[in-house]
Amino acid sequence: MSKYTEEDLKKELENQEYEYGFYSDLNAETFPKGLNEEVIIAISKKKNEPQWMTEWRLDAYRIWKNMEEPDWANVNYPKPDFQAISYYSAPKPKKQLDSLDEVDDELLKMYEKLGISINEQKRLAGVAMDIVVDSVSVATTFKKTLAEKGILFMPISEAIQKHPDLVKKYLGTIVPKTDNFYAALNSAVFTDGSFCYIPKGVKCPMELSTYFRINEGGTGQFERTLLIADKGSYVSYLEGCTAPQRDENQLHAAVVELIALDDAEIKYSTVQNWYPGDKNGKGGVFNFVTKRGLCETNAKISWTQVETGSAVTWKYPSCILKGDNSVGEFYSIAVTNNYQQADTGTKMIHLGKNTKSTIISKGVSAGKSQNSYRGLVQVHNKAENARNFSQCDSLLMGDKCGAHTFPYIECKNNTAQIEHEATTSKIGEDQIFYCNQRGIDTDKAIALIVNGFSKEVLNKLPMEFAVEARKLLEISLEGSVG
Amino acid sequence: MNLKDKLTTGFFELENKGELHIDDSIHPIRTKAFEAFENKGFPTKKEEEWKYTPLKAIINKDYEITNSYEAAVELNDVKKYFIQDVDTYKIVFINGVYSSFLSETTHSGIDVCLLSSAIKKPKYKLILDHYFNKIAKNNESLTHLNTAFTQQGAFIHIPKNTVVSKPIQIIYFSLNGNQFLQPRNLVVVDENSHVQILERHQTIDDSSNFTNSVTEIFAAKRAIVDYNKIQNDTEKASLIDQTFVQQKDNSIVSVNTFSFGGKFTRNNLEFYQEGERLESNLNGFSLLGNKQYVDNHTVVYHNQPNCESHELYKGIYADKATGVFNGKVIVHQKAQLTNAFQQNNSILIGDKSTIYAKPQLEIFADDVKCSHGCTIGQLDETALFYMQQRGIPKKEAHALLLYAFGNDVIEKIKFPKLKERITKLMAKKLGVELGF
Repeated sequence: MSKYTEEDLKKELENQEYEYGFYSDLNAETFPKGLNEEVIIAISKKKNEPQWMTEWRLDAYRIWKNMEEPDWANVNYPKPDFQAISYYSAPKPKKQLDSLDEVDDELLKMYEKLGISINEQKRLAGVAMDIVVDSVSVATTFKKTLAEKGILFMPISEAIQKHPDLVKKYLGTIVPKTDNFYAALNSAVFTDGSFCYIPKGVKCPMELSTYFRINEGGTGQFERTLLIADKGSYVSYLEGCTAPQRDENQLHAAVVELIALDDAEIKYSTVQNWYPGDKNGKGGVFNFVTKRGLCETNAKISWTQVETGSAVTWKYPSCILKGDNSVGEFYSIAVTNNYQQADTGTKMIHLGKNTKSTIISKGVSAGKSQNSYRGLVQVHNKAENARNFSQCDSLLMGDKCGAHTFPYIECKNNTAQIEHEATTSKIGEDQIFYCNQRGIDTDKAIALIVNGFSKEVLNKLPMEFAVEARKLLEISLEGSVG
Repeated sequence: MNLKDKLTTGFFELENKGELHIDDSIHPIRTKAFEAFENKGFPTKKEEEWKYTPLKAIINKDYEITNSYEAAVELNDVKKYFIQDVDTYKIVFINGVYSSFLSETTHSGIDVCLLSSAIKKPKYKLILDHYFNKIAKNNESLTHLNTAFTQQGAFIHIPKNTVVSKPIQIIYFSLNGNQFLQPRNLVVVDENSHVQILERHQTIDDSSNFTNSVTEIFAAKRAIVDYNKIQNDTEKASLIDQTFVQQKDNSIVSVNTFSFGGKFTRNNLEFYQEGERLESNLNGFSLLGNKQYVDNHTVVYHNQPNCESHELYKGIYADKATGVFNGKVIVHQKAQLTNAFQQNNSILIGDKSTIYAKPQLEIFADDVKCSHGCTIGQLDETALFYMQQRGIPKKEAHALLLYAFGNDVIEKIKFPKLKERITKLMAKKLGVELGF
């Protein structure tokens, strides 16, 4: 990502080279475009994966080959050509800049609005650091603390090497290869991602975030995350970054699997701010993500997401409430502007007794964007006393955007209690007028109202994230109301 | 031979016999509709609109598809199915054949008669050309099927500035073997007129009938239409009821659907708002037990500004009953200042009862107020306890609470005798006396 961390990455890679002896090759090449069994075997070889992993990937590829790209979502985009993508590329050394003056003005402006410090700005933009930032020591202390607790936190490719038993046991159990088109594709070709294991009874003392996982540069195109919280443990995981990410990859198909064993709790927060395309809807990232978590007895999984980027988003973080008394939560804000399209929501599958789920989804659409909530609440016949509360509110700005809700509610148990409500409205002129009267300009007033509208979700984010997310919302909607 | 093949043969037989040639202007519509049905076939669970609703068991039965004799029915046998103690117009069909003996039609001032006779008379050509099959085009193969076989049904035309003094009852009786019936109704209400209609499908013996009905309702400016459906057929009968409503400026149309019986009931209700400042009301209430199945699919197309729609569907499902609710509200970009409210509440009583709900909003205009609410739950234990404490037996308390739950919908009926009838039906279903 940045020069500094990349150097650090290289250092680490060099060290690892002796252990595994394959990383130096890695820097050398990018695979030719296209996907076939050979490419997959080659990826697996590059990663020096054991035989079972290669088989696993090939199996996924064979499944994928027979699948069709889904088109049920309420989004419209040119279908990507899967043979025109290179499925493996070595980390590209970024062009090094000498000072912030060389960085794109627009990007800098955005950093400033987000309140990112100068050093951080430089790091993000890939500027050589002249002031020594103590991030190495931060990272080291961080790693030390984790190691003391016995927490495993590493790239998934490393985990396949070091902890094959854990990976083998859990990988693909929550999101099977056969799950959907993009999950199958991801299973076949994933190269990056995180692996995290929290041992029994351990409360992870800090927010785990990809930001600290500095031995891996940037986010990948096909990311795979596997997070296991063993009995009685707790972890809060942050994914993404509020800073704008100018990613060149058009297609992103990530898979996230969470496993919360008995009495465990996982809090998973995402801020997604990938390139949404320009004002005319040209370019932008396609984001097709499969995220799912499994709750055993008394476990809890909580998804929080702030979605402001990507041209097309297709994402349904779900909870399978398998164990009795388990709890699933979903808090989401999706903001779309210009020509963005988002089809997002959640699935809450109630299997165990006394399971509870809460869904709070806020959609803000502006410009010519389309924002859909699609959710499923399913109560199986053995799920006695299941409880669900869903609320999805949409805010419309401008007469060319759309807000849609597609909630599916399936209930097979007569002790279940399910509530769903949805509202759609626009920002009242009287509200804006009220703010204007008190000397708040229209842009600020809108930001204020949107913040109030999304407060329930923002409050669920970890503190430092929440502040940035709030600013992000402001920026995303700038100038959307005339 | 499966039903589709049978229908194909049947269609060409009727065609050859010339029975479908009653009018040349309708004939091409028929042929086109039949082609559409032939291409699509019966809907399967793969279609989003039929995701939860299996038709297979119903269409795999053996049905009589062409029936042209009038079965004998004694008035006393069917009296109980009519709303008796008020004067009404009646259009009665037995096995799809018009029964002049049981009916009371009119041509004085208003037209309450048969669709088949209206098709034959040149006098009505203009109306038919203008309205027939104009809104029944949701591209649902069952609608096409009905259009292809359009023969019999009610034709109601209320001219300008008329308040119809008596309610109109449309009743379809069926008996003697498994009938496949396809009634088709056309209701045209001109400017400033007002009419109340009651529709019912009833099997009077223990045959397993399958009815595929289509109704088109046109409300002109400032017209008021009240359309009520009682669905309380025997537990062997299946019904697919498709109702299409088109409204012009300032009109008010209410469609109330009460489902108490039948083995399988599917209601497709579609409202097309083609004027401003109008109001659409969709109300439904289901009280089902055993293995009964009801599926309510509604769509409201808000195509013009300043309109309102109010939707309220409630259901109580006991035993192994299944309920499906799919309510769509689509607000067109032009339809600013729309107020659309939708509510769906269900109570599950049975251990094996199931509900599938999908309240759906699709909004393309910004200055709107739209909301939907959907709940699934049980009776309030504390309320039940409170009533028992005060000496009301559990069964009665239960029934009273359920009645209170459904009362919101029953209160929407503007036809007192019908309200009484519905209350009685509910009491009977709940196994208690409701003395009010």
